[in-house]
Amino acid sequence: MLAYIIRRVGQSALVLLIVGLVAFSMFRFVGDPIDNMLGQERTVEDIERLRAQLGLDQPFVVQYYKFLEGAVQGNFGVSYRQGRPVAEILLERAPATLELAMVSGVLAILFGIALGVFTAIRRDGVFANVIMSASLIGVSLPTFLIGILLIYLFSVELGWLPSFGRGETVDLGGWSTGFLTESGLKALILPSITLGLYQMTLIMRLVRSEMLEVLRQDYIRFARARGLRDRAVNFRHALKNTMVPVITVIGLQLGAIIAFAIITETVFQWPGVGLLFINAIQFVDIPVMAAYLMLISVMFVGINLLVDILYFFIDPRLRADRSGGH
Amino acid sequence: MADPVLSIRNLSVEIPTRHGIVRPVDGVSYDIQAGEILGIVGESGAGKSMAGNAVIGLLNPPAHISKGEIWLNGKRIDHLKGDAMRRLRGKEIGMVFQDPLTSLNPLLRIGDQLTETMLTHLPISRIEAEKRAVAALEEVGIPGAAERVNSYPHEFSGGMRQRVVIALALCAEPSLIIADEPTTALDVSVQAQIIALLRLLCRDRGTAVMLITHDMGVIAEATDRVAVMYAGRLAELGPVRDVLTHPQHPYTHGLMASTPIASQGKSRLHQIPGAMPRLDAVPEGCAFNPRCPHATDKCRQAPVPRVSNGQAACWYPLIDEKVI
Repeated sequence: MLAYIIRRVGQSALVLLIVGLVAFSMFRFVGDPIDNMLGQERTVEDIERLRAQLGLDQPFVVQYYKFLEGAVQGNFGVSYRQGRPVAEILLERAPATLELAMVSGVLAILFGIALGVFTAIRRDGVFANVIMSASLIGVSLPTFLIGILLIYLFSVELGWLPSFGRGETVDLGGWSTGFLTESGLKALILPSITLGLYQMTLIMRLVRSEMLEVLRQDYIRFARARGLRDRAVNFRHALKNTMVPVITVIGLQLGAIIAFAIITETVFQWPGVGLLFINAIQFVDIPVMAAYLMLISVMFVGINLLVDILYFFIDPRLRADRSGGH
Repeated sequence: MADPVLSIRNLSVEIPTRHGIVRPVDGVSYDIQAGEILGIVGESGAGKSMAGNAVIGLLNPPAHISKGEIWLNGKRIDHLKGDAMRRLRGKEIGMVFQDPLTSLNPLLRIGDQLTETMLTHLPISRIEAEKRAVAALEEVGIPGAAERVNSYPHEFSGGMRQRVVIALALCAEPSLIIADEPTTALDVSVQAQIIALLRLLCRDRGTAVMLITHDMGVIAEATDRVAVMYAGRLAELGPVRDVLTHPQHPYTHGLMASTPIASQGKSRLHQIPGAMPRLDAVPEGCAFNPRCPHATDKCRQAPVPRVSNGQAACWYPLIDEKVI
């Protein structure tokens, strides 16, 4: 098992190195930031000074090395637009995005699995069919439209929930949280539904189809023939077998939630890293863009690594590295 | 004779389809005594498994019992539903399936599968159940049972897994075991071991066994009595020696003649002409009449008599005709 984990960590590091190269090459190929940073009234000395200060006068390989060296230490340079260290800006914004993604992810997983199991067990029930039909909406409507519809209904028409921002936040040692105030919690509701709805319906439909497949298996029939209670058959025997493929998809979807947060954050003007990234694109703020890219890929790779390790705990057949059963 | 453990009276199972109702089990009656092994033999689709599934209450809808009675230890169980039927499964009736590779949940330790079954049915503590799980594995001949309870199914071979399945079917000490083709998926060398094990365990405990198979070798080796099924009906029922050596029904006769015997070398194998009718096209009168060499007009019209022990469902039973 240790060898497997080491191998997977090595692969993850390789992926990050390649993403790092892509992120870094943006510095070379996406416009010249000096133009944006200095106004019309500039001298050649100003340009040279700034170029040297940002390290843009050095050879490609040296710049890449410095970029990697900085990135590993969490130093992504200085934002061209705000003139502050990128890491500082990201850290400021990250709690908003992570809290939003966490709430969305938890909602998507809880409701997705629960509804998936329900619709599989009550396959022919009226309510299950209603849920299945309704889930098509979740899969087919684009995120921004869902967000706008929710804002229209709950903010404009009913006036129950705020339409933008994250409300009041409390600062807990550098982590600004919206969980502790009423306005913060209220502000979370609409964006997290918007962000999590697609993942929830996806997880639900996947759980349903996997579960239906598992319920046809001989070992489920044998479990019934042994007189086990329905609850034990459905949850202990069937759900556990359903989870192996589902966990893979959930892992990928959690990464997608953080990445897709860009759209939701734009719709709700949520002050997270997604909104920061959109603004950075508008200003060709390359250090911010590069850092965002690295951050997202670290999360994707990290989640996938966790998923691979999780397999070991769910499926004993993978643990059999000595007997080689399968 | 004591009351039978299982008594099936005139049982019919029906499945409504688009082309009308088919009857995979049609008016079947038999008893199984404690400690007795009754073989149910027949071709694929003859209704052998369907009858077993009806007894344990695991017919897949829309299949259902349309007629007849099932009595288990003096209680009528064919009309039991839901939780009442579930309590019987595992506790009163154990079942062994065909393929041991797919009958065990791959993600649960076999010890856990054993204990959960016992805890569902027996008023014992978890510690007691764990002790009994080890004993159950020892009983079915799994070496090193104390360590093996913590193994997962994929760590066992096919024959060992079928032993585990038998342990699971017997762990709550049911009075009836339904073994549905228990050796079909196994190597020939392992088949004999599993059959011997099943016989031994059931003799010791006085468990009644319904052994469903299409393998005449298994029937000859393991059973006390045999019921031959054809197109959902009982063709013949009797002590295994009589049925195998003096079959009365022409179908049984044909079946015996079709069984290859290694000692006889490469003589041409007998075949019964034609094929078993589809269930939506069972002929009038005796279902076997289109393939029967002795059929008369009576066989084509009048329904054949029902079978009781030592009888064939035939107007013209073969008397003392030796096979080949």
